Amino acid sequence: MAHFTKATSVKDWLNQRLAVEKVEKVMMSEYWIPKNINFLWAMGMILVVTFALLLVSGIFLLMYYQPNVNLAFDSVNYTIMSEVDFGWLWRHVHGVAASVVFLIIYIHMFTGIYYGSYKKGREMIWISGMLLFVAFSAEAFSGYMLPWGQMSYWAGMVITNLFSGGSLHADGLVEWIRGDYVPAQAFLNRFFMLHVLLIPLAIIGLIGLHFGALRIPHVNNQDGEEIDFDAEAKKYLAGDKAGSKVIRFANDFMAKDMMVVGVYLVFFFYLVFYNYGFAMDPVNFDPANGLKTPTHIYPEWYFLWSYEILRPFSTNIGLIAFAFAQVIFFALPFLDKSPNTVPASRRGLFKYWFWAMLIDMIILTAMGKVPPVEPFGTIGFYAALTFIGLWIALPFITKMEKKV
Amino acid sequence: MKNSSRRGFMGKAFGAVAGVGAVGALYAMKKTWDPLPSVKAAGFTTLDMSAYKENELVVEKWRGKPIFVLKQSQEMLDTENKNISQITGKTTAGMDKKRLIKIGDAHYLVCIGLCTHLGCIPGYRPETKDFLCACHGGMYDDTAMVKKSPPPRGLDIPPFKIDGMKLVLGEEGPEYKKMKETGITL
Repeated sequence: MAHFTKATSVKDWLNQRLAVEKVEKVMMSEYWIPKNINFLWAMGMILVVTFALLLVSGIFLLMYYQPNVNLAFDSVNYTIMSEVDFGWLWRHVHGVAASVVFLIIYIHMFTGIYYGSYKKGREMIWISGMLLFVAFSAEAFSGYMLPWGQMSYWAGMVITNLFSGGSLHADGLVEWIRGDYVPAQAFLNRFFMLHVLLIPLAIIGLIGLHFGALRIPHVNNQDGEEIDFDAEAKKYLAGDKAGSKVIRFANDFMAKDMMVVGVYLVFFFYLVFYNYGFAMDPVNFDPANGLKTPTHIYPEWYFLWSYEILRPFSTNIGLIAFAFAQVIFFALPFLDKSPNTVPASRRGLFKYWFWAMLIDMIILTAMGKVPPVEPFGTIGFYAALTFIGLWIALPFITKMEKKV
Repeated sequence: MKNSSRRGFMGKAFGAVAGVGAVGALYAMKKTWDPLPSVKAAGFTTLDMSAYKENELVVEKWRGKPIFVLKQSQEMLDTENKNISQITGKTTAGMDKKRLIKIGDAHYLVCIGLCTHLGCIPGYRPETKDFLCACHGGMYDDTAMVKKSPPPRGLDIPPFKIDGMKLVLGEEGPEYKKMKETGITL
């Protein structure tokens, strides 16, 4: 049985019961981060901070929001926006953060792709990260239903219709998801539940998995160098801080990380206070009307690239292409056949693959925003083909890559 | 050895109990997500067909969905055989009249006003006598047959029953059943 002695201090009392010193070492002072990194390595912490902002602002919105088809629109646009003191602040923080979080996720993802941070033992970091991307997408979509404006309603209609599977005509499945023939009370209630409970729980669990997946392979670095973390940590603890290739997670690494977070927060609150309009679609300021489609339906900017892969094809091919786009990023660690874990700039053809993919996704995003008229339809069609083609080419070009 | 086999048995026994419970729980969860009986029961709409005007689209409501009612003019009936489907490249002759509902002496198009692509509401253009879906550019002719993809098929016809000059939506009459059997609608 454990032996307890009379505590000499509060810390000692806690230490005997919770081993706080050991926890502090494992989580912070002896969690080792490579020195050879840049500001792009701060995106993870920025995401944590943004998620916290979403959680806090969401809690306050939840106090006045009414998940009822007759009350929802006014509870957001009247009660929260005009009656509740600082209600506008929570709504704008929530809306802006929901949009910006995807910008940071995309930067985080492309940083990982550029530096090969999904390879050599880091596959689970990539996969758990992609699961987080899916969970955040579901969270964003379900949240978009809640103000019950025109875009909420019609986005809900169009996205749930995707589950009919084109020619499969699984209309029963669509009605089951909605709990009605069209998006109505049952639909709003269940998406409210998903948005405030089930998906956030999944996200928190996945964040735990994502961090856990990082423990054994450790954080990657700018050169993809394989660092012996035990040896470098020993060197650091022996006093050779300059010669060691690693630093403590806290407070050393965190000090720089939070500096980047600080710059980000200035930008973030600039958007919240002066430029929140981009996150508030004007069409969604009309209450939901099941008998009137808005003239042009488009998703939020962060879904446009995958929407554009759906759009230029006929229904069935479009759905297959769309499904392909949704899952293919998961397979990246297994489609990249190269043994090199170095920045894309040193990887021959992969360098061009990386930039082609990034530019193609930006083109898809832009084409998804404009109405389906020429020449945009044609550009979108070829950009969608390019997207699929790049993924098919990936195993071949990485297989040819020379070991560096 | 003996101990471990007893543990193994206990593990299996628990697994069996938990398995039955899990299946039961999943069934209950699935049924909880089903549309409520009240939602399903509120699914009938009666239309008085004598009130509609030729070539003027009226949007009714059935099960929360928009229903297009378009009374065909003589001119529309005459041009029907000339419509050419962009998908098959053939004239839609023959198909057209089968999609219309004859009540009294008049022909009506009655269909669900949701694009068969992804469920937006197409708009009717009386001058060109066709429907245009703004979401992805799909087009339908005046009997709601597809003129231009992406829609995979014409607008769906809701279950209906003819009752004199009235039309009951949500009930399956013999005319509707025939349409379904011959593949005119889903």
